[in-house]
Amino acid sequence: MAKKLAVEWGACIGRVTGVLVIVAGILLAAALCTAGQQPANPVPSIFEPHSTPADSILRLSNFVLTITVLIFGVVATLLSYATVKFRSKAGDAQHEPAQVYGSTQIELAWTVIPILIVVVLFLATARVIHAIQDAPKPVAAVEVTAIGHQFWWEYRYPALGIVTANELHIPVSDPNHPTPTFLKLLSADTDHSFWVPQLAGKTDLIPNRINETWVDPHRTGLFLGQCAQYCGTQHAKMLLRVSVETPEAFQVWVNAQKQPAIQDEKEAAGKRVFETTACVNCHAVGGTNATGRFGPDLTHLMSRSTIAAGAAENTKENLRLWIQNPDAIKPGSLMPAMQLTDADLDALVRYLETLK
Amino acid sequence: MSSDAMAIQAAESAGRPWVETLHEWITTVDHKRLGILYIVFALVFLVIGGVEATLMRIQLMRPHNDFVSPQVFNRLFTMHGTTMIFFVAMPVLFGFANYLVPLMIGARDMAFPRLNAFSFWLTAFGGILLYFSFVGGSGLYGAGNAPDVGWWAYAPLTARAFSPGNSSDYWTIAVLVSGFGSIGTSINIIATIFSMRCPGMKLSRMPLLAWLNLVMSGMVLIAITPLSAAQIMLLVDRYLGGHFFDTQAGGSAAIWMHFFWIFGHPEVYVLIIPCFAFMSEIIPVFSRKPIFGYPVMVGATVCIGFVSMSVWAHHMFSIGMSSYSNAFFTLTSMVVGVPTGIKIFNWLGTMWGGKLIFKTPMLFCIGFLFQFLIAGLTGIMLAVSPFDWQLSGSYFVVAHFHYVIVGGILFALFAAFYYWFPKMTGRMLNESLGKLHFWLFLIGFHMTFDVMHIPGILGMPRRIYTYEPGRGWDTMNLIVTIGTFIQGIAILVFVANLIYSFFKGPKAGNDPWDAWTLEWSASSPPPEYNFPAIPTVASRRPLWDLKHPEDPDGRYE
Amino acid sequence: MSTITTPIAQAPEAWSLPYRGKVAMACLIIAESAIFTIFVVAYLFYVGKSLTGPTPREVLETPIFYTICLLSSSFTIHFASRFLERGNRAVFLGLWLLTIVLGGLFLFGTGQEWHRLIYEHGLTISTNLFGTTYYSLVGLHATHVTVGLLMLGIVLLFGLAGRVGPEQSARVEVLSMYWHFVDAVWVVVFTVVYVVGR
Repeated sequence: MAKKLAVEWGACIGRVTGVLVIVAGILLAAALCTAGQQPANPVPSIFEPHSTPADSILRLSNFVLTITVLIFGVVATLLSYATVKFRSKAGDAQHEPAQVYGSTQIELAWTVIPILIVVVLFLATARVIHAIQDAPKPVAAVEVTAIGHQFWWEYRYPALGIVTANELHIPVSDPNHPTPTFLKLLSADTDHSFWVPQLAGKTDLIPNRINETWVDPHRTGLFLGQCAQYCGTQHAKMLLRVSVETPEAFQVWVNAQKQPAIQDEKEAAGKRVFETTACVNCHAVGGTNATGRFGPDLTHLMSRSTIAAGAAENTKENLRLWIQNPDAIKPGSLMPAMQLTDADLDALVRYLETLK
Repeated sequence: MSSDAMAIQAAESAGRPWVETLHEWITTVDHKRLGILYIVFALVFLVIGGVEATLMRIQLMRPHNDFVSPQVFNRLFTMHGTTMIFFVAMPVLFGFANYLVPLMIGARDMAFPRLNAFSFWLTAFGGILLYFSFVGGSGLYGAGNAPDVGWWAYAPLTARAFSPGNSSDYWTIAVLVSGFGSIGTSINIIATIFSMRCPGMKLSRMPLLAWLNLVMSGMVLIAITPLSAAQIMLLVDRYLGGHFFDTQAGGSAAIWMHFFWIFGHPEVYVLIIPCFAFMSEIIPVFSRKPIFGYPVMVGATVCIGFVSMSVWAHHMFSIGMSSYSNAFFTLTSMVVGVPTGIKIFNWLGTMWGGKLIFKTPMLFCIGFLFQFLIAGLTGIMLAVSPFDWQLSGSYFVVAHFHYVIVGGILFALFAAFYYWFPKMTGRMLNESLGKLHFWLFLIGFHMTFDVMHIPGILGMPRRIYTYEPGRGWDTMNLIVTIGTFIQGIAILVFVANLIYSFFKGPKAGNDPWDAWTLEWSASSPPPEYNFPAIPTVASRRPLWDLKHPEDPDGRYE
Repeated sequence: MSTITTPIAQAPEAWSLPYRGKVAMACLIIAESAIFTIFVVAYLFYVGKSLTGPTPREVLETPIFYTICLLSSSFTIHFASRFLERGNRAVFLGLWLLTIVLGGLFLFGTGQEWHRLIYEHGLTISTNLFGTTYYSLVGLHATHVTVGLLMLGIVLLFGLAGRVGPEQSARVEVLSMYWHFVDAVWVVVFTVVYVVGR
């Protein structure tokens, strides 16, 4: 009776594992198939690349996956077969099976074959490493310096004289006439990581170190990502939004960003609140006295669709809440609660809303 | 004879005040008792670490959840990782090594019994110190502050500027102290194996468990110490104004990463190699055949030990090393998979042509084989550095290493528990509860960790206390959380089995599994002196020789 | 259920295993070497990278005399050990004491150098990268010398009380291994700090 149960358990193991693997595979396929089908909130899948580095990675990954799935297939089949075929039967207790100690030929075989697989995989990989990391920078490349902060992204376009924050705008790159974007990655405090899966693999931003990465998006649209190296309390809400635009739309954006802040006389009261409370210690507004660098540049705050590095939509209510009680949106961020009276706060928000 | 010894022990202990028993256990230098202390200590922290994981999974089961605050979540993942590696995995493996190595080599105790006890209490102190941080971490100012810098404690997040208070120091000192305990135990294991083997037990006749713990201990000597060095440097930075990792003074954040991973990667091999040892002892017994390719198994393990010291920067593929560095570490990380794969094939070869007995230890072994295979293959994927540029820092990596640690290490540990519990306590664990534990845990494990790969592929980074809805991560996270609860129930079944069987389990006798290594010749549990007379051996399976005098192993080795 | 407790096989002709004290000390030396290696790597990595403050070339003076003291103490401890094996306790004690004196001189020299660096040149552990790595590496070594001297001192006390004889020579040999290690580390530290790092 005990032996019979042993027999059934053995077969069950193989079957259940097989079923689970298949289920996992179906789930994976389903997830991948549904990825990218919701235009409003795209899924940042590494299997939906839209830029050369991400494309190369996907091609290499598919090759690696094929090999590993094959290896799994062979070994798992052998294991399942052994589990079923060699289970002990009733009456086996009296005789031990043949005591085999090893076999040099078999050991050689299953040493040499994996070494060959490693050689093939390595050569395929080395090529892609070199192609991505050592890619030359064409003259027409857009240069961006990204500086990681706790917990927001600063973007500078040195050649264009632009400073902005949190929402990166870059032009689409035509393969015949490439205009990739090359990013220098720096950090103002701890380690961060720039990861927009559909555009490229991640590269870290490390203080006292200059890293580089590049993307050449093949299609316009909004690509999402977020910081991928734990950097402190609000690491989870250091989101990335990359707007890839047509060359014309990009130029329009650049021209707008180059302008100093709009001076709207109607909101002078709010501007005074901004300039006389602690705001100017951290924030800059182009063309005014505010030149703080600790927090995001606010010159064109209203050109962004989110605030607090993507933690909230850029609406009047959220803006007001962010200034009054940042912990309600992003607890642990370095924005202090500004302790303003309601009147001052309203005036300030109205002023900020003029910074288009 | 054995029942007499147990009767004498029972008669002596009946009616003795519990303080005396407690005192005996606290002052013991007996390797068997220290082994049990290590194991019980680890089990307690396993439950604590599991609770931490469950709390995190509840927080992550839907987007924008507010079950715990970001600050608490960050402390949870830091404490969970630190606890599981340093206060569960290391102690439990040292516990089994402590218990089994002297018995398996025919010795009466470890080479340095008092060092053994000291090392255990260092580790225990480290664990208690780490958890004291929940109460005392902020010093005078706060209500308690456990470390929240991740279990790798990357610089400069650990600098005074970014980690005020003492929470990081609790991490540093607790791990540093328990690291010294680990070094002490490793020195003990190596000295025991070289200097205390019974007559006839040449190194080439030692059980694989002894060999593999020898390799593991050698690795500990040169793997834990880089972390100790880096932690001393961190303390110099935080307390003496040093600049080892001070980027403002020209220091390097990357050098902490190098030092940490020079420890961190060999460390995971330190954890898995004793589990390979369990497989190499248990699978042969339940296949009724000797291990296939004993010399190759030893050679492959030594090879893994050496090669694993050269792969560390595959944890750093995204930090901007040169293409040559990335290529080098890709190559070494793939190469280390070759001897590892060879071991899987040898276990398969052991089962092949055997007569497999599916008692609970063997069920966990078979689970290990499938799961370690998968984990190794996802490891090869991660070794491909461009693939890793996408997958590192994401839930794919979290899924991979939990596949190794839970699907590999924990399954192997469960096998070891069911196999050696009879030797340690004299009673068998309940077989039906064991099978229930296995199936429940298998289902929960796969539900959690198979599915967990998917959010990683869809862009979900790790160490985030919440996430945005609509990125395709929501349902997956919910399923992962449900699997966690199933695993929790399985653990409860296991703990219930341990407690019930300790008091009421059927008597085991010396050799319930009909096995072949020396520990099964001693009574269950063995007396303090292990063996009435030091044995002499003539082959790798001394008890096989005794049970089959017409066909001793010594003829074929 | 087996009642066999002692497998007996053909006893091997000669069964001798290494002395466990030596094995353990060799392991400790390997572990400590790894710690020192990391500090040496940090030192070399940061050579020339200090942003401000004194540089090695400006402030370091090569400690030839104290190095000779420490390295000769390896000879004295070696011979002390030999004489103990042969039973000559008096010479053993004399050489042992000499070892301690030489080691103590080395520590004194280190202290003297540090005093000069701190008070004449303003170089402390928090001054710059050079200060941090220098004091950490040399300090780590000096700590090991101190621990060694303490152990040597304990043996000296037991020796003076007449309790150290040829039967203890294996243990004395183990301690002498540690002392040789400390000296070997100094050779490395000296080369890195006073030769390469300048």
